[in-house]
Amino acid sequence: MKEGDIPMTRKLLGLLFAFTLVAAACGGSDDAEEAAATGDCAVGQTDGDLALYNWSEYMDPDLITAFEAEFGVSVTEDFYDSNEAMQPIVAAGGSGYDVIVPSDYMVSILIEEGSIMKLNKDAIPNLSNLASDFASGLPYDPDAEYSAPYQWGTTGIGVNLSVVGEDVPRTWGLIFDAELADQYAGQITLLNDPRETMGAALKYLGYSLNSTSEEELAEAQALVAEATERVAAYDSDQYDELVGSGQTVIGHGYSGNFLFQFLELDNPEDYTYFVPEEGGTRWIDNMAVVADAPHPCTAHTFINFLLDAENGAALTNWNLYASPNAAAEEFIDPEVLADPIVYPVDQSKLEEIADTGDFEINYSDAFNEAKG
Amino acid sequence: MIRGWTARLLGGATGLVYLFLYAPVLLLVVFSFSADRNVGRWGGFTLEWYREFGANENVQSALAISLQVAIVSTLVATVLGTLAALALERFRFRGKKVFDALLYLPIIIPDVTMAVMMLLFFTWSLDLVDTVTGFQLRKGIATVVVSHIAFNISFVSVVVRARLEGMDQTLEQAAADLYASRWQAFRHVTLPLILPGIVGGALLALTLSLDDVVITQFASGPGSTTLPVYVFGLIRRGVTPLINAVSVVMLAASVLLVVLSLIAQRSREPGRATTE
Amino acid sequence: MTVVPELTEHERAHEAAESRRGFLMALPAYLYLIVFFAIPLAIVFVYSFATRSRTGGTDLSGWNLDSYGRLGEDIVTRVVFRSFGLAMTTTIICLLLAYPFAYFVATRRPAVRGLLLVGVMIPFWTNFLVRNYAWRVLLSNDGPVSQFTEAVGLGETQILFTQVAVVIGLVYGFLPFMILPLYASLERIDPRLIEASRDLYASSWASFRKVVLPLSRPGAIAGSILVFVPSFGAYVTPAILGGDKKPLLGSYIVSQFLTARNWPFGASLSSVLIIVMLSATLVYFRAGGRNL
Repeated sequence: MKEGDIPMTRKLLGLLFAFTLVAAACGGSDDAEEAAATGDCAVGQTDGDLALYNWSEYMDPDLITAFEAEFGVSVTEDFYDSNEAMQPIVAAGGSGYDVIVPSDYMVSILIEEGSIMKLNKDAIPNLSNLASDFASGLPYDPDAEYSAPYQWGTTGIGVNLSVVGEDVPRTWGLIFDAELADQYAGQITLLNDPRETMGAALKYLGYSLNSTSEEELAEAQALVAEATERVAAYDSDQYDELVGSGQTVIGHGYSGNFLFQFLELDNPEDYTYFVPEEGGTRWIDNMAVVADAPHPCTAHTFINFLLDAENGAALTNWNLYASPNAAAEEFIDPEVLADPIVYPVDQSKLEEIADTGDFEINYSDAFNEAKG
Repeated sequence: MIRGWTARLLGGATGLVYLFLYAPVLLLVVFSFSADRNVGRWGGFTLEWYREFGANENVQSALAISLQVAIVSTLVATVLGTLAALALERFRFRGKKVFDALLYLPIIIPDVTMAVMMLLFFTWSLDLVDTVTGFQLRKGIATVVVSHIAFNISFVSVVVRARLEGMDQTLEQAAADLYASRWQAFRHVTLPLILPGIVGGALLALTLSLDDVVITQFASGPGSTTLPVYVFGLIRRGVTPLINAVSVVMLAASVLLVVLSLIAQRSREPGRATTE
Repeated sequence: MTVVPELTEHERAHEAAESRRGFLMALPAYLYLIVFFAIPLAIVFVYSFATRSRTGGTDLSGWNLDSYGRLGEDIVTRVVFRSFGLAMTTTIICLLLAYPFAYFVATRRPAVRGLLLVGVMIPFWTNFLVRNYAWRVLLSNDGPVSQFTEAVGLGETQILFTQVAVVIGLVYGFLPFMILPLYASLERIDPRLIEASRDLYASSWASFRKVVLPLSRPGAIAGSILVFVPSFGAYVTPAILGGDKKPLLGSYIVSQFLTARNWPFGASLSSVLIIVMLSATLVYFRAGGRNL
């Protein structure tokens, strides 16, 4: 390289740089234009190997093997740990995934952003297996056009009964009422999630957990700020183990995780999980096909496969979350089916988290402010 | 050299640091043999987790991908980072100040920000490649490696520069006069002198690559889940001693490598003594 | 290299050749970082002037400074100061632990040296999360540390979910970042130099202060940067061992990108952080390099 070449390289780099800026500026605005093209697939049709993007420990590996054997395709499964980590990857486009498993509120976001395609219901006859309250009318996908329910569960409180007593009041007051909760200071965990934790406080106050009232949210923020003083940790991952190991007494968390944990213990009868009487979150995870899925037909076939009665039951027997699949009930382990932790008796006060649009920022800010 | 009570004091401090470094490792090893799913609760001795490691293809492939990514990104970053360090410490050239600043950026940037920017960058640039050349590229192991090199170059160069800075240059200059070519002077004098810095930088790069979660998650595509990303996903259901077992296997493998390289060194030493 | 006021023709040619050589050596890393770091970073910078869409996407059509306006909020200041204190504490403790360690290792026989150094790194080839969870077990109310203090009569300790636990976790995680550069600069110290200084100065302290300390300074500076910067933005260890009760800079930025899905604000936070930290780093390195 000659001396004179150096400025040349620099000029080229400058051009490249400017070009990037322009391209980056133009790149983002085509979000919704990829109108979800419905895959024209027949029942059981495959068009290549499947790339599944799922929560970890959520899919019985035997079901994957069975699908591979039945349809002669191979399945690659990758894992994510939160809706929020999965969403930007899928929304950016070109992710290469076919099927994803977003939760309720995330489905509505993905629909609005054009990240998932309309399902071709003709290719998924097993949709008829769904229980009627899951088949349509869900707030995040009212006409069930884009998603098919996978599993569901609740968010509530897990307690160590040997400390709090069998007749403990089943209320969010165990966390938010100073008189009830102060005795357990330093032995309580709350979910490290603004919507769940602010939602619990809103429920305790008698409001909707999807409230978009600034006054109501401010009340909830004050409650959470006060609770922060007696909380051991904000933890979304190990709250169940902390209760099980005796480090904490009261944990805010998901139904299936607590049940799974309690069954591991020598004295499961000393522990229980409940949705407080004020009500709590019901979450529903769903299967959806990515808008630019490389293999939409295999994706539809896979969804149909999981909605099969026996396969749906296998899923619940494996991960201990409730099934939206009515036809599957006869194959589900009767003990699981009768367990009030998996299938709560009173479901009238449960609410799904909905995306609140611009108000999400208020939730996130209120949560950070409540922590200090 | 240091002797007497100073040496004993230093030795004691070193021992304590080692205790600190290995306490969690000891716990991790012990609980890889525990029958209880929860790390921290002893459930009786079992080899179940090692058996599961042998049967669980997800974990095996995640480990294999992690090692590939770590080794390739460490090698490339070590070469590029060392060259960069030499250039910055030994030469004056145009654009040096800008380069100096650019080199610190990957250390400074919050990793979630780097993750987001790599996601946007790869989506955009792979799209661009597709429209310009017609090649359909996808995010995968290659994009993960590319992003790991991007942060590792900086870490390597900082460590190597710490070695080079203020190092006596007379030896190198003498060598330059003595040897026919610059390459020989570098190969026989400079390289051995900076080797501890290079090794330190490479060790750091390897560790960073083996630990990264967020950047990897955002830069990867189907089939390129690394071990840390896999484990991060597991915490929802509880990280079982399976991951301890995987860690113990990695520990054992690295200890074995160290021992083997020591033996190799020993057996080479007498030979070297006679030629010199 | 020293600055020569007047150059001869020959020297000038030599200088040009040197400059070319240096540039060529830097070129691969330079190009790599421009393509795979500077360009992506420019995208983040662009995003910081955009607007969050209703669904948490990023709307790039109208440029504005709104995200930068939010940087003045009280919580940002609180979070920054809290993280700064934590990162300072971590860096100082790491330096105090790593210095005697690196010095001891650097003064061993070469074979022992290598072994001791690799010994530092081996624990870090296990999984990051598993190491943090191991600390959670070690520090829990009935964990080994607590049992030990109880056995020696100090009573049960409650360390888990306190700031102390966070500092322990961060020091543990970043100690190698201090040891490696310190070792790299200490190892080049010729033992004969120390011997000579012993004859020159009366005490070993004086010889340490006049000979070893100045030589190890580049390593200490590099190490402090490598520890301070990542602990300033750390969020996983504080969450696992501290319980995430008080937001730190790292978790605050993560919450903007992932929870609030407010990328423009996350991008503006990051942009300002990068600019401030880069200036501070450059000043720190240059000041450290000059006055020994």
